[in-house]
Amino acid sequence: MTGPLLRIEDLHVSFSTRRGMVEAVRGVTLSVDEGEVLGLVGESGSGKSVTGFATTRLLDAAGRITAGRIVFRGQDITRIPSGDFRHLKGAAMSMIFQNPRAALNPIRAIGQQLADAILTHRRISKDEARAASLDLLRAVQIRNPEQRMTAFPHELSGGMCQRVMIAIAISCNPALLIADEPTTGLDVTTQKVVMDLLAAIAAERGMATILITHDLGLAARYCRRVVVMEKGRLVEEAEPVELFHAPKHPYSKRLVAASPTVSSRVEDLVPEEERGPFLAARLVPKSAPAPGTPLLLDIKSLTKRYDDGPAAIADFSMTMAAGESVGLVGESGSGKTTTSRMICRLIDPTEGEILFDGYSIGHVPARDFHRSPFRKDIQIVFQDPNESLNPRFNGFNCIAHPLLRLGKMKPGAALTKRVRECAERVGLPPDLLERFPHQLSGGQKARVGIARAIACRPRLLVLDEPTAALDVSVQAVVLQLLDRLRREDNLAFLFVSHDLNVVRMMCDRTIVLRNGGIVEEGESRAMFENPKTDYTRELVEAVPHIRRAPALAVT
Amino acid sequence: MTAATLRHAAWILRGNPLTGIAAAGVFALVLIAIFGPSIVPYDPVSSDVPQALQPPSWAHLAGTDQLGRDSFSRLIVATRLDLTIAVSAVGVSFVLGAVIGSLCGYIGGRLDRAVGRFVDVLMAFPLFVLAMAMVAALGNRIENIVIATAIINLPFYIRFSRAEVNIRRNLGWVEAARACGDSHLSVVLRFLLPNILPAMAVQMSLNLGWAILNAAGLSFIGLGVTPPTPEWGIMVAEGARFISTGKWWLVAFPGLSLMLAVLCFNLLGDGMRDILDPRMRT
Repeated sequence: MTGPLLRIEDLHVSFSTRRGMVEAVRGVTLSVDEGEVLGLVGESGSGKSVTGFATTRLLDAAGRITAGRIVFRGQDITRIPSGDFRHLKGAAMSMIFQNPRAALNPIRAIGQQLADAILTHRRISKDEARAASLDLLRAVQIRNPEQRMTAFPHELSGGMCQRVMIAIAISCNPALLIADEPTTGLDVTTQKVVMDLLAAIAAERGMATILITHDLGLAARYCRRVVVMEKGRLVEEAEPVELFHAPKHPYSKRLVAASPTVSSRVEDLVPEEERGPFLAARLVPKSAPAPGTPLLLDIKSLTKRYDDGPAAIADFSMTMAAGESVGLVGESGSGKTTTSRMICRLIDPTEGEILFDGYSIGHVPARDFHRSPFRKDIQIVFQDPNESLNPRFNGFNCIAHPLLRLGKMKPGAALTKRVRECAERVGLPPDLLERFPHQLSGGQKARVGIARAIACRPRLLVLDEPTAALDVSVQAVVLQLLDRLRREDNLAFLFVSHDLNVVRMMCDRTIVLRNGGIVEEGESRAMFENPKTDYTRELVEAVPHIRRAPALAVT
Repeated sequence: MTAATLRHAAWILRGNPLTGIAAAGVFALVLIAIFGPSIVPYDPVSSDVPQALQPPSWAHLAGTDQLGRDSFSRLIVATRLDLTIAVSAVGVSFVLGAVIGSLCGYIGGRLDRAVGRFVDVLMAFPLFVLAMAMVAALGNRIENIVIATAIINLPFYIRFSRAEVNIRRNLGWVEAARACGDSHLSVVLRFLLPNILPAMAVQMSLNLGWAILNAAGLSFIGLGVTPPTPEWGIMVAEGARFISTGKWWLVAFPGLSLMLAVLCFNLLGDGMRDILDPRMRT
């Protein structure tokens, strides 16, 4: 066959909304050859997913292709009737989604769901379909496939569910697979396993793949060609090595700079000229704490057990000096969230002691801690900015809340001034203070959350995955902001994260957790360069890096 | 109410004119309840036997009843009583239900289980029969209609607020409120309750219509309000005796008033959900 497998020409997609038509994709042209792995990279709102949905005709009712052609094997699929298209979909092109658990039917065994997919496109008997399903489960390397055939999605882990999704997607040997953020939300080691599997299957079957992702490192590791999208337009197309070493378009440059790597420093994440006045402030060099300073935080064999189950965290001990930044790293279920909530005194430990500034605060019940004089010294920034602001408070009220409660301030000019100062420190324009959370962007909400946390000048700030829900370019700015605040106020950070590259930049020391226990701890850079335990090494190696040649270039 | 809220309300009303009509209807009902008794053409309780059982005419818009009382005046005056019963009953069950339900949803555990079973027991009764029994036992007074109506509505408010609080209790902003120095109780009352208000308001509006019907129903069977007090349920009950002799207006007009009032509250409930939800605003 001549010509590419899929050719998208000048695609425009619009959505009709309350404020009229909104163009999500504005003229995208790209092509995918047989067996090629193409990365489609961009931040939220770039139109990368919409492009994928348009290709598989999964746009929701409000979306419409307004111009352009999508040519698959020489046939313009935007013009063919939907009956014919359904035949094409699944058999010739297939899609997998971000949240595998939501994409699987929760009340049907996975074997049946696989058989359903096969029987839709092939006329074979039920027994043959069952045999084919079993083969597919083997192909996606699910252990004990015979037993798993009767398992329901809730009995499988997230990574397993995504493998089942892959099995369904490849069940009819499609020529093209569109993977929309297939590993977002999975742990980094699981991500590696799933992506390796996907790449191997694509290579083995000669299946072309479009990998839609926000993670440049992931695209670099698995794609032969990467396309960068911004605001519905395609801004750059290049081989990963070339793109990441010498990006041409300003947006790609910014994106590459903002993606944390093994060697990046917080200062490098945002190019000098784009930092804006508040970030351009000179960084205060950090001085080492004088010897003999009492520890800010001293935790002795902390344990938390929910009901009678196994301990969520057991025998956890750590110390922190004032102004120090410590990372807490681990995968889901490692106990890092439980630990951070205990240190924050939002939940009670089962056993163990928490000393803050020499005073034992662990025995104060969490329900009474709001009256403790240390409440304002320990503050927290939450993971998802969308969920961490009261929907009925505007920005001003959110930031004023701790000042009223903990700072004992009264509404009035002094409070207004103080709130505006806090907003200014986090780079939030004062006119946004009147807005409600749903009127703010993710980055702006994150700033409100940080301003709220620093309003009472705490000494310890617990950061619970503060940037996990943000785009990389926003993450870069927020990380710089946090780093600057830390230096200015001599704040101590307990940085909870699953992102090793971020922790490496932000933290002096790092503690690695697994299944409720400490695996390894040490000085961040040294530990990640020379992990002493296998688990840490596994974690470090699973992080996709962009300074590496693609591991699986299929030709 | 800010300009943005008004603009938002206007936008909703444009897209959904029925809500506007329903709101106007509820507004009119409230006006009638407040000013009705002072503007009616006839005294609603004084009888005028020579004028008994007149069909609707310009002098008596809704005709007269068996004692010659002007039905139109009685309908207007009855609005205040019916609305008062409904609003106070719904108010009581909303306040109690929201607080109990929110605490159950937030605290969970033994309290939640105990209240949950109590609610199950309450809901296992046929609710109208339960209300009848309560009014009969407590005494034939208007306060007792309010209490009975409030109690049979309570389970819905408890369940509703419990569920709404339960899905929010672990969100970041709830934990943030605690980190900012609020006690558990303050988090429930000042953070969670305001957030479930929009959903509760919808429930309340739908419930008001139902409470009016309930009060009228109790009066219809002779519980609660006693003659000669004008009340829609009693008017229907008294008029029913004359329907076989063709005196249709005695039943038709109070029945129509009931229907319109219930319809307005129900339609308003649906519209309000959209107006009060801040996420719908842009």
